[in-house]
Amino acid sequence: MIVAISIGAVDVPVGDVWRIVLHHVTGAGPAPSDLALDQIVWNFRTPRVVLAALVGAGLAVSGAVLQTVVSNPLADPIVLGFSYGATLGAVLVITLGGGAALAGLGVSAAAFLGAVAAGALVFALGQRKGRMAPTRLVLAGVAVGYVFLSATSFVQLQATPTELRTVMFWMLGSVAGAQWDQLPTVAVVVLVTTTLLSLFGRRLNVLLAGDESATALGVDVNRLRAVLLVLSALLTGTVIAVAGSIGFVGLMIPHLVRLTTGADHRRLLPLTALLGAVYLVLVDLLSRTLDRPNELPLGILTALLGAPFFLWLLRRNKGLD
Amino acid sequence: MKLTVDQLHITLDRTPILRDVSLEARKGDIVGLVGPNGSGKSTLLRAVYRSLRPADGAVRVGEDDVWALSPRAAARRTAAVLQDAGGNTTGLTVTEIVALGRAPHHGLLGRDGAEDHRAVTDAVDRCGVRPFADRDYASLSGGERQRVLLARALAQNPRLLVLDELTNHLDIRARFELLDLIRATGITTLAVLHDLDLAARLCDHLAVLYEGSVVAAGPVLDVLTPQILADVFGVRARTERHADGVIRITYEAQPLAHQDAPDVVSADTHPSPA
Repeated sequence: MIVAISIGAVDVPVGDVWRIVLHHVTGAGPAPSDLALDQIVWNFRTPRVVLAALVGAGLAVSGAVLQTVVSNPLADPIVLGFSYGATLGAVLVITLGGGAALAGLGVSAAAFLGAVAAGALVFALGQRKGRMAPTRLVLAGVAVGYVFLSATSFVQLQATPTELRTVMFWMLGSVAGAQWDQLPTVAVVVLVTTTLLSLFGRRLNVLLAGDESATALGVDVNRLRAVLLVLSALLTGTVIAVAGSIGFVGLMIPHLVRLTTGADHRRLLPLTALLGAVYLVLVDLLSRTLDRPNELPLGILTALLGAPFFLWLLRRNKGLD
Repeated sequence: MKLTVDQLHITLDRTPILRDVSLEARKGDIVGLVGPNGSGKSTLLRAVYRSLRPADGAVRVGEDDVWALSPRAAARRTAAVLQDAGGNTTGLTVTEIVALGRAPHHGLLGRDGAEDHRAVTDAVDRCGVRPFADRDYASLSGGERQRVLLARALAQNPRLLVLDELTNHLDIRARFELLDLIRATGITTLAVLHDLDLAARLCDHLAVLYEGSVVAAGPVLDVLTPQILADVFGVRARTERHADGVIRITYEAQPLAHQDAPDVVSADTHPSPA
């Protein structure tokens, strides 16, 4: 992370970065002499890197949990409609900006509400007689996603070219706008939900055995699904709200970890969080260095970088045959 | 532990599936549940492992109604090996799957302890899955998988075993090995079996389900009478204890022509179409 902070439009020596961060975090050492440098490191780069790590961790953990909850390897926040809900919220605010109905609601807040609304819809439509069958959940998620997508497209048609560009950048995701004051909320949500989800690790394992077997192993399958769905909607909503809809991380990072270290969720979830964090920090670093001083949206690079490696791993792994 | 099924009625989507089913397995007994497809066998099992709430009646394991117990408490008494088992278990190793059996013994904050380790090791050894303990479950043969799932059930340290077609699709040697294993555990067992010969060989008692009701129950020879075999299963056959002590069923080559089949055994609950 320190290295990621040091590289950018202006390269800062790693030692300086270390001193500045250490000074701000612990108060130790002399105050930085170069205020511009201090500004770049502490007010622009550090929050950005921290946010990238949090978002990466959140998306990856959410994907890992959802894949098990709906017993479908293709599941992620996008397939279950959460991301499209967030997108609609964000796009509404971007295009209608000062619209009376949404007054006082920022892009992030609207995106969060959109994701949670999508989650609630999937939750409500995915069950029948109190039972949440995995297939029904996935299909409900996909259908809800399409509805939100249609609505988003419709809103986009009314937008001006400038707004459209903003929308597109938002949809491809970025952590460029990271600021210190938004970090505590995101950090708390990511850390708390990730910890809670990890506590459910053993039960997530049991869920892999199939619904009836899980029931016979003492797991209240429907209640577990409900709890996990709520937690992951909350987690996804929070990170998408601040960083936009970033694809690939939620889908692939969990599989990467599974393919290399196995599917035991007590190991999988913490490792997924870690890898997701590292991966997004790395991607963000590339996004602002490949085409200096311009920035590429994260969504473009996440898949472009990760997919080849993932496909290689997929071909190498014998367990999938 | 003793299993008591007491006047159980179960309805799914307003269709009655089980009607007034009563059944008992004494401590240590192996009770076989037989009957044609769709007779309600799996439904009865679901009621026993607390997956399906009965419309009326009760299932008791020991002295307690299973619905008076928490899901975890019920799972500490009853373990099940089911058909759906291992649906999406790609990625878990055999040992990890056996360790799932420890889940009912832990809350959210529970960590694996020495007792869990012992239970898993013991189950792995008893079921002979040690040679492939570190392999991916998905890479195993059918017989190996069933042994893994049985090991998972034993790791639960249950007082009652519920088995749904445990030996389906297995070759004859694997079947016998599994049955010996179950006998050796001494745990009270309720097993749905398709193969009547196998049922006769394994079980102390049999219960015959037909269209949602128990039409016969008791010791194997009392239950698998030519009458029942003809009425319920539609075959002409006789059941005898052979000189080696094993009960065998001899089927006649000609199945009963459909019109020959007497309608049903319990004519009082199922009026004959004639």
